[in-house]
Amino acid sequence: MTNGNGQTTSPELPVLTRKDFVSDQEVRWCPGCGDYSILAQTQRVMPDFGYPKENIVFISGIGCSGRLPYYMNTYGFHSIHGRAPTLATGLKAARPDLMVWVITGDGDALSIGGNHLLHTLRRNVDVRIVMFNNRIYGLTKGQASPTSELGKVTKSSPYGTIDYPVSPLAVALAAEATFIARSVDTHTEHLQATLDRAGRHHGSAFVEVLQNCNIFNDGAHREFTDREVRDDRMLFLEHGKPMIFGKDRNRGIRLHGHQPEIVTIGEGGITEADLLVHDETDPLIAFMLAHIYWPEFPVPVGVVRSVTRPTHDQMLTDQIAQATAARGKGDLAQLLRAGETWTVK
Amino acid sequence: MTLTEPRPAERQLERVTIRFAGDSGDGMQLTGTQFTRTAAAFGNDISTFPDYPAEIRAPAGSLPGVSGFQLSFSSTDIHTPGDEPDVLVAMNPAALKANLGDLPRGGALVVNEDAFTPQNLQKVGYAANPLTDGSLSSWHLFTVPISTLNARALEGLGLTNKQVDLTKNFFALGLMFWLYERAMEPTLAWIDEKFSKRPEIAEGNRRALRAGYNFGETTEIFHERYVVPPAHLAPGTYRNITGNEATALGFVAASQLADRPLFYGSYPITPASDILHQLAGYKNFGVKTYQAEDEIAAVGAAIGASYGGALGLTASSGPGIALKSEAIGLAVMVELPLVVVDVQRAGPSTGMPTKTEQGDLLQVLFGRNSESPLAVVAPATPGECFDYAIEAFRIALKYMTPVVFLSDAFLANGAEPWSIPSLEDLPRIGVPSRTEKAGFYPYARDPETLARPWAVPGTPGLEHRIGGLEKADVLGNVSYDPDNHHRMTELRAAKIAGIAHDIPALEVFGPEEGDLLILGWGSTYGAIRSAVERLDDRGASVAHAHLRHLNPLPENTGDVLRRFRRVLVPEINLGQLLLLIRARFLIDAVGYNRVRGKPFRIAEIEAEAERILSTMRAGVR
Repeated sequence: MTNGNGQTTSPELPVLTRKDFVSDQEVRWCPGCGDYSILAQTQRVMPDFGYPKENIVFISGIGCSGRLPYYMNTYGFHSIHGRAPTLATGLKAARPDLMVWVITGDGDALSIGGNHLLHTLRRNVDVRIVMFNNRIYGLTKGQASPTSELGKVTKSSPYGTIDYPVSPLAVALAAEATFIARSVDTHTEHLQATLDRAGRHHGSAFVEVLQNCNIFNDGAHREFTDREVRDDRMLFLEHGKPMIFGKDRNRGIRLHGHQPEIVTIGEGGITEADLLVHDETDPLIAFMLAHIYWPEFPVPVGVVRSVTRPTHDQMLTDQIAQATAARGKGDLAQLLRAGETWTVK
Repeated sequence: MTLTEPRPAERQLERVTIRFAGDSGDGMQLTGTQFTRTAAAFGNDISTFPDYPAEIRAPAGSLPGVSGFQLSFSSTDIHTPGDEPDVLVAMNPAALKANLGDLPRGGALVVNEDAFTPQNLQKVGYAANPLTDGSLSSWHLFTVPISTLNARALEGLGLTNKQVDLTKNFFALGLMFWLYERAMEPTLAWIDEKFSKRPEIAEGNRRALRAGYNFGETTEIFHERYVVPPAHLAPGTYRNITGNEATALGFVAASQLADRPLFYGSYPITPASDILHQLAGYKNFGVKTYQAEDEIAAVGAAIGASYGGALGLTASSGPGIALKSEAIGLAVMVELPLVVVDVQRAGPSTGMPTKTEQGDLLQVLFGRNSESPLAVVAPATPGECFDYAIEAFRIALKYMTPVVFLSDAFLANGAEPWSIPSLEDLPRIGVPSRTEKAGFYPYARDPETLARPWAVPGTPGLEHRIGGLEKADVLGNVSYDPDNHHRMTELRAAKIAGIAHDIPALEVFGPEEGDLLILGWGSTYGAIRSAVERLDDRGASVAHAHLRHLNPLPENTGDVLRRFRRVLVPEINLGQLLLLIRARFLIDAVGYNRVRGKPFRIAEIEAEAERILSTMRAGVR
C-alpha cells in the first residue's frame, strides 16, 4: 500500500491506545455537552481498526460537531456547512487507503447538506458518517433544526415550529445506506459498540447519535434515554435476536399484519417465539425501525441495517484497472495525436 | 451535357468563410465539422465558430431551432472564424431568415428550395417566397432542390423517408466540397467508421455526399470553382482542436508533468460538459472523474482529492461558479492546490447558455466573501487552452492556491489547427510535498513563494488539522487574534501578488509605444489581433497586448499601458478589465463593450480604433 506521497507504508503497526488519538487542543464545548462523550468514545474505538493514525482522517462541517476533528490526533479537516461528505467523497476516491470519518450534526447533515448526505449514502462511499442529533441549532444559539419536533418553541420559532421533523434513519434508508445505526451520547458502552461496528463496515455507514444540548435543548432525548427509564423506552437491537425490551425483559415487538405492535411476554399466550426477530439485512424491518419512536414505541437503537455492496472507490479503482487492462496504460503523446493529423515541413 | 464541355473557371482565393445553417436536427454542426477537418487536413489555416441553440430540438423549421456553423479557411495565418460569411448555406426558410443579415450583399447564398414550402415560410413569417419574390436580388442566389435530388440519389436503398431526409446535409457538404475543390475521402472514411454497423445508412450518406459533389460537377449552376491554397504554418505536426478538447488534454498533461493523479469533480453544465465527457474516457491515464450531485459537491470533492495529494480539478460555467464560491473560499483559506475552470457563457442567471461572454472576470476575482485572493489565467485561443491548463496547475501547486482558468463558449467550441507539442519540451511541475517531521508546521511558509507545505494524510508524524477557521500564522491552530488575522490576510494577498515575479511579461504586438494600445484578454484575441494587423498595414500607430494572467497581472503591465497615448479595452462585458486597469494604474483607458452572445467581429474593433485615432487627430489639430 502506498500513501499520497507515493511512499510505501508499513503493514506492521504499533499498538495504539486512546491517548494516541487525543490532540493537544483544548476541548471547547460547553461544560456538560453530550459531544464530550461522543469524542471520548470515538477516541476509544480508534485503536480497534488497525489503521495507523496517519491513515485516519476526520472531516466535519459547521456546527458544534464540526470542532471534533481538532481534538483528534489524526488528520483532520474542518470544512464548510453541510459539505463535509463532498470532501470525504473526493478524498476517498483519490485515496482509497485512508479511513475517512465524517462528523456532522442534524442541521449540517439534514438541512444545508441534505443533498450531499443523500448522494454520499446512495453511492456507498466508504466513509463513516456520525451525525450528532440534538434537535436544535446550537452553534448559532438555538434555532429550530430539521429534527426539531413540530411546534417546538425556539428563538426562531417563538410561536412554535410549523415544520414536520425528518427521521434521519428514514433518510439514510431511502438513500439505501449500507449501514444504518443509532446510539445515545450518555450510553457509553452502547455508543462505543455502535461506533466500533460502523468503523468495521465497508461502505457508507450512517450513525445517528442522540445527543443532548444542555444549553439550548436540554433534555432533548431525556424522556427515553435517562438511565432510569431507558430499558423500558429504548429497544436495543441485536441481529438474529427477538426484539425484546423492558427492565424485566418481558416486552417485545410483534407484527400484527404489517403493523408493529407492543406485546407482553406471558400475556394472552405470547411467547418469545411470537416476536419479530431483528435482521440487519431486511429492508422492511429497517423501514419499520426507522419509523417507530417514542412515545408510541420504544426508540430502536443499535444497528438497524448492515448489508454489503461494492463501494464507490472500489468500483472507481476497478474501472481504471479494467480500462488500463483493455487499452494499456495511457500514452499521452499518442493521445495528443489522436484523430487526423497533418505535418507541415 | 457532354464531357467536352469546358470546365468551370477556377479562382484562387486567400480566404473563404462558409456558414452552414439549418434546423437543429439537420446536422449542421456535423457538416461544418467535416468541412473543417477536410480543410485542416489539406493544410489551410482554419478557425471555426459553432452557434447552436440551447434547445436540443426546438420545433422543426422555427427560428429558435436554427443551428449554424461558421468556418473560415485560409492560405494565410488567420485569427478568427471570419466577420461575415462569403457563402451561406441555408437549409430552410428559418435558417435564411436568421442568417441573411450577416451575409454581405453580393455574397453567395445556397438554399434548399424544397424546404421553402408555404407551411415553412409561414412558420417564420415570410408572406411571400423570398426565393421568387426578388427580395434576394442583392445576393448571388443559388436555389438547389436538395431534398428532391438527394432522395433520388438514395432511391432503392430501402431507407425510410426520414432516414433519407437526415442525409441531405451531406448533399450540401458534397456541393461545397466540389465548389472549393476539396477531397471527399476523409468524410467517406468517417462515414465508413461511424456507420460500420449500419451499412445501409453508411451507403445513404456516401451517396448523398457524392450526389452533392456530382451536382456541382455536372450542372452549370456555378460558373466558378475556388481554390484556397494551403497556409504556410510553422513546421510541425498539426491537428484540429477545440478549446474544450485542449483544456482536457492540458489537464491530463499537467497530471503527468506533476506526477500526481488527476481528480475531476463536475456537474453537467453548458458549455463546460464536454470537458467531463472527454476526461471520463481517460480512465487508463489514471484520471478519476466524478459526476457530482451538484456544483458544490463537485468542487468539494476536488478539494478533498487535493487534500489527499491528487490534482483537484473542477469546471463549470458562471452559474455553477457562483454555487462553488464558498468552497473556493475554503480552498483559499486552507491553501490547497485547486483548479477551477469557468467556461463563461452569456448571463446573468441562466442567460443564454450556449452563447459566449466575458462576464465572469469580476466574479472569479471578487465573488467570494471577505479578502479571498486567488490566481486567474485566461487562454486566448483554443490551442492555448492546453498550455494554460498546465500553467494553472503549475501555479496551484507551486503556490498552494486555487487558480481559476477562464475560458468561454467561443473558445470552448471554436477550433483551430494546433501544433502538437512534444512532451519532452514541457517542463516538469514541482510539488511542495512534505514528509519531513522535524520543524513541520501546517502554515510554515516557503520564504520565496509563501506556499505552505502539502502534508497529505498517510504521512506519518505530520497529523494536523486544517479548516475554514482563521489559522494562527505558522502553527495553523484556530486563532481569533486580531493582529494574526490581519497578518494572515496580508500573507494570503502577498502570496498571490508574488506570482507576478513568476509569469512572463506582457508582450506588445506592433509598435512598442505610440498612439493606441488595444488591451484584451481571453477569446477576443483573434478579432483584436486581426484588427491591429489591418490598422498597422495602413500605417496607423496601433499595438495589441493580450493578458493571459489576470491575477496577478504581469509586472510590466503599467509600464506598457503608459507608453501609449490611449488605451482601448474591448471586452464582451460592460468593462470589467477596464475597471481593474483604471483602478490599478490610474490610466484613462476606454472600453469597447458589446454583449450580444457573439464574438467580436474584426471590423468593429477596427472601426472603434479608427474612431479613437480620428478623435486624437482632431484633438491635436
